[in-house]
Order: sequence, then structure tokens, then C-alpha cells
Amino acid sequence: MSNLKTMRSKIEEQYKQKLNRPRIVVGLGTCGIAAGGNKVMEAIKGEVANRGLDVDVDFTSCIGMCYAEPAVEIALPGSASVVYGGIYPDKVPMLIDSHVVGKKPVMDLAAIQIPGDATPYKGIAVMEKSGYYAKQVRSVTSRLGRTNPESIEDYIATGGYAGIEKALTTDRQDIINEVKQSGLRGRGGGGFPTGNKWQFVHDAVGDKKYIVCNADEGDPGAFMDRSVLEGDPHAVLEGMMIAGYAIGADEGVIYCRAEYPLAIRRLNLAIEVAEKMGLMGKNIMGSGFNFKIRIKAGAGAFVCGEETALLNSIEGQRGMPRVRPPFPAHKGLWQKPTCLNNVETFANVPFIIRNGGEWYAAMGTEKSKGSKVFCLTGKINHTGLCEVPMGITMGEILNEIAGGIKDGKKFKAVQSGGPSGGCLPTEKLDLPIDYDSLIGAGAMMGSGGLVFMDETTCMVDVARFFLNFTQLESCGKCTPCREGTKRLLETLIRITEGNGTPEDIPNMERLAKVIKSSALCALGQTAPNPVLTTLRYFRNEYEAHINDKKCPAGVCPALLSFAILKDKCIGCGVCLKACPVGAISGEKKAAHSIDASKCVKCGACAPKCKFEAIVKA
Amino acid sequence: MAVCKCTGKEVRSPQDEQLSELLDHYRGYEGALIPVLQGAQDIYGYLPEEALEKISQELKIPSSEVFGVVTFYSQFHLKPRGRNIIRVCLGTACHVLGGARIFNRLKEILGVENGGTTEDLRFTLESVACIGACGLAPCIMINEDTHGRLIPDGLDKILEQYE
Repeated sequence: MSNLKTMRSKIEEQYKQKLNRPRIVVGLGTCGIAAGGNKVMEAIKGEVANRGLDVDVDFTSCIGMCYAEPAVEIALPGSASVVYGGIYPDKVPMLIDSHVVGKKPVMDLAAIQIPGDATPYKGIAVMEKSGYYAKQVRSVTSRLGRTNPESIEDYIATGGYAGIEKALTTDRQDIINEVKQSGLRGRGGGGFPTGNKWQFVHDAVGDKKYIVCNADEGDPGAFMDRSVLEGDPHAVLEGMMIAGYAIGADEGVIYCRAEYPLAIRRLNLAIEVAEKMGLMGKNIMGSGFNFKIRIKAGAGAFVCGEETALLNSIEGQRGMPRVRPPFPAHKGLWQKPTCLNNVETFANVPFIIRNGGEWYAAMGTEKSKGSKVFCLTGKINHTGLCEVPMGITMGEILNEIAGGIKDGKKFKAVQSGGPSGGCLPTEKLDLPIDYDSLIGAGAMMGSGGLVFMDETTCMVDVARFFLNFTQLESCGKCTPCREGTKRLLETLIRITEGNGTPEDIPNMERLAKVIKSSALCALGQTAPNPVLTTLRYFRNEYEAHINDKKCPAGVCPALLSFAILKDKCIGCGVCLKACPVGAISGEKKAAHSIDASKCVKCGACAPKCKFEAIVKA
Repeated sequence: MAVCKCTGKEVRSPQDEQLSELLDHYRGYEGALIPVLQGAQDIYGYLPEEALEKISQELKIPSSEVFGVVTFYSQFHLKPRGRNIIRVCLGTACHVLGGARIFNRLKEILGVENGGTTEDLRFTLESVACIGACGLAPCIMINEDTHGRLIPDGLDKILEQYE
């Protein structure tokens, strides 16, 4: 144990020195790389070498402002550090000229600043007070965008492995009690109290027990777990080790989807280094506790995010859910007691052990404690990752963090919880977010993907999209899900194609209730949620599709018709050229018209018209 | 593990050797099937029948079970895939403007049917419902690039860009 203590003071000293040197840091999470982060990195390295500057070039993970990628941070000793957004290689020389050489930040590119002990620059928002971060807390995401995720030294210097260090000198039951006291609930969506789950596995009889981390994040619009794995892999490993010690397991498996190659690479690297330093493996820190972790890459099946299907997949079988009970806590991986938690849950554990359960429970609402990471996507100004205390309202997230709906359009709905969740309307923007309030509203927390939609979104079409997804991903084991989702989808397609009948609505409601109450696993039981919530809050849109054969949002092609307003058309002929099927005709300088029998409703013409003469209805 | 038709002897390719090494590495490992299949697909580019048989024998898992796992996960392919994936749009707008003629011409040039892959593994040809580029109809996608306003005669030139 003394080993880590002496090591820690040395590492902390080195880290302090690192922060005292001029640094340029590039955000290289998956989002940063997709935006061209690697090219920016090359450009910066080239520029620094060419000018012979005495500056360190480092990288970090995603700070959360996906809308501002590629992001670059410049930190000069004694000055506030500035994070820039939208830095493409061509802007690098100018940025280095101005900020690194000339010591003058480039105001119009600066997104936020982190002053530390230094005086803040005027005219740049301080991170904690900036629009994107003011309502946020940064606990489980505190290292994201701040440390180098491939450096165990950065992790240790920022309090890493202090949780397991403390845990190893604590009684097992006391650790479980601490987690119970924190009120932490499963962050994968179900919201089962983590401490209780640990207690079950602790109490279960078995010669061997396992820890399994669910990193099979498959919801469209969700990337919290990816960001945590890429940005703070050691925190996940440490959380698993603490769980392992508490319940008496010596082996852990991370089931990570194969579509996350960077996360898998960083996890493997983290495991390798931690083992080398004696922080993982045999006789950890001389305590006699052994723990090893291996990674299992998924093979492309959404249902494997369901815990028992995931266990079958690790065992090398088709990823189909098992009948419960027995629950994994009693018979899990290889029929042994297994503690299965999600990435974000495990990543919270080191913080809870270090700071105490009480500290964590001080955040959040009565029944949902702590903070939650959400991914903000859809038609908003600021897409990205945010961590907020439980109990914040959806409206605060939308208007203050996400910066409101794009292009001045009106908010229509927010989809919470992916294909298993539901769509909430404007009236629910005041709802404080926690596990129970969302379920009461017909949606669910899910893993934390929030997709915001504006007035141009058709809710029937959205329900069809999600049903199409769950229907394709249904594993086929139980009839309600396999057949039920197919029939729901067929009905929705019929409605969007203008062939719906008034009986379709009550029929769908009945079928949805049957699926909910009889499907084998959570994927099936929650699959009708998008249909049920849209029927609950946007029934008028269904009725418009069925009774009036109209799509109010103008999305469903079969129910659309395009027309040219005669008084606005000047006969320029642009739309005529844009039409792929020759449905538009008219003389030059005379109003054109659309032949409805030829029109395929592709919509290519409308955006081309400069005079807003083409309308869809 | 092909068999030579002249001598009747087993011929082992470098890939077969790699598969043997992979199987040795995973011998006695619980839940080895999926990592072995992933490794085998990395080696061959897809999962040939002979490899599946060998995996079944070596891991002592019935062929039916191996096949069941392979067909359950979307990551696994039983047929070779090309280096370049061509997606031909057959959505409404493309259909009206002769998408089918483009599709037929591509089949003719490449000598494959829908879902097929050329022998040199250069191209895989697939049809899709709509790639959302109706204004450019008829159009195709090759890997990440969209090519639009196509006529059957110009297709050779486009394919030349992809090795």
C-alpha cells in the first residue's frame, strides 16, 4: 500500500510540473477525430517544430462540446487556459502566432476559459459560468477533456486509484453500505439501486463470482458510455475493482460493442499499464486481493445490451435473453453469481468511495441521487455531452445547456431513453428529471440519450422509425416482441402511407399493452413506448394522418403534395431543372405548375426556389 | 484446407496457418467462439465454410451452433465482401429516372447480381431503398462518396477511381 503513496506524491509533483509548462492540447475523442482532430494535431506539431517553440503538445478526450469540435486548448503558465472551438488546420498558424507567441487569445474563436488561479481574460466566458456549463456539475465527467486518457499518471495525479486504495482497508460490508447510502441507481436505464444489487451478489453463495461491465451502448443518439470509456478508462476499471472487492469476485469482463474501437484500444492500454504498476492483477497493492479484467468485443446485436443476452454473448452463444429468475446476481455468467452494471455506474463508484456516500446523495432528488450524463442531439444549437444533477428540468437542459432549438424553430418533443423511451411534449418541459418522473410521463431515463425535435418533425414518422429499429433488432425468441413489433410497424407504415383506418389507434394501443406485459426482456417490454407516448401526447397527428390524410409536419411523402404559388413564381425555371422526373412545366417568365401525377414528392424543388413559391401541404 | 485435385493432399494456405494459431491461442478458453469467429473473419475477410468446419471441430461445438451464432450477429459475413461497396439507389425518384438501367449496367460491367461480389474482391454491389439524394437522381454511393445524375455510359469511368 505504501507503494502507491510514495508513487502518488512523485506523480503529483510531475503532474504539477506538466501543468506549469506551456501546453497545447487537442481533443481526440471519437467526435474530435471525426471532425479532423488528428490533422489539427499534425499541423500543431509541425508548427511548433518549425518555429522551435518550447511548448508541449498533448491530447485529451471530449470535453463535451461536440458542436465546437475540433477543439484545441492553449494553456500558458500563469494565465487562464483557453479552449477554442472549430480549429481546422488552416487556423493553426494564426492561433499559435497570436496566443502562444503574442500571448493574446483569439477572441472570436475562444469558446470558454478555465482561469484556475490566474486572472480571467476579459471577453471570454469562464467555463463554470458559460451557457453550456453553468447548469452542469462535473463529477463522473470531471476528467473528460481535462486529462490525457492514455496516461495513468494523469489519472493518479487527479485522485485516481485512491478509491480502491481506501476500499482495500475497509470492511466489505462497509463499502456496500457506502454505495447504498449514496443512493446510486443503475445508470444503464433500469435504475435499480446499485448498493442493493451488490448486496445480493455479496450474499449469494458461489465458489466464484464475476463482475461484468455493460458497455454495449446501442441506442441511437446515445454516446455517454463511449465518452466515459474514451475519456476516463481507469475510472471504469477502478469502479469494477472496488465492486469486485466488495462482493468477493476476482474477475471482471467488459462487454464493449465492436463499433467503439477507440474505447477498446484505450481500455486495453489502461489494463496493461495498471497491471504493470501492480494496481491490477495479483496481490493488488500488497493487499492479497486479486482482480483481473478482460474485454469482450460485441459482434453487432442491439439486444446484447440486455443483461442476460449480454451474458449469453460472452459465453459465445446467440445473444438471446434468458428467462428471469434466476437473476444474474444468483446465476449469471457461467451460472455463477454476477454483478452486472453499466459503464457510468462503475465510473461513479471511485468518486463515491473517495468522497463518501453522503457527498453523492447531497446531489439530486429524493429518490434519484447524484448526477447523470446526457447526450444532447437533434435540432438544437449545442449538441454534445453534459452532466447534470438529477432533478433538473428538461426545459433547463433545452434552453440553457443545449442553447435552444436551431434556426429559431419551435420545440415539439424530446425523445428520452432511445427506442425504449418515449417522446415528451412542451407541457413536460417543466418536469424535474429523475427515474420515476420520467416513467410516470411514459418515457424512461434510458441510458441518457436526449433527441430534441422541432415543429418540422412528424411524430408518427418518429414512432415508425423507432419501431423499425426495434423490429429489426428483435432477437425472435419470444412471440410478443417478434410478432408484436412487426404488426405495430406494419400499422404505422400503413398510417404514414395514408392507408390508416380509425380502428388502427385502439388496436395499436391494445397490442402495445400486450407486448409491454408479456415480452421476455426489457427490449420487448419497452419497444411500444414510442408508440404509446406519441399516441398520448400527439394523438391529433395520428388522427390527421388517418382521417384527413394529411401529415401536419409535412414529412410523410405519401401525404404530401407540392404546389407552386402563382403570385410568387417569377418563372425562372430553377425548379424545373431541379425536378428529377420532369413534373414541373411552364414557360420562361410565366408561373410554373407541378403535375401531381408525375411528382414523386422527393422535395428537390422547394429548397431551390429563391422566392419561396413552392409550398408543401 | 483446400484439397489438391491432383495429389488428393490437403493444401494449407498462410491464412489456414493463421487460423490454426488463433485456435491454439483460444484452446481451453471459456466462451471462445465469438472471439475466434471475429479473428477468423479478420484473417479471411469473411467466414468460409471450411473455416467454420475447422472451428466447429477444434472448439468441439456442433456446426449448427456455430452457424446459429454466425447468422445471429450482423458483423459476420458468410460470403467474401469487396474492398469497395457500391450501393445503388432504387428509391422512387431514381426508379423513375432510370435507376434500374444504372443497376443493370453495373451488373453487366461487374458480372454480379444484387448482393454479389466480384471475383477479384474489388466491388460488392447492393441495392438500397433511398440514400436521400433524390435531387441527384439517379444516384449511387460508393463507400462514402455519392455519385449523381448518372447515365449508363459514364459508369466505367467512375468505377476506375476505386481500386
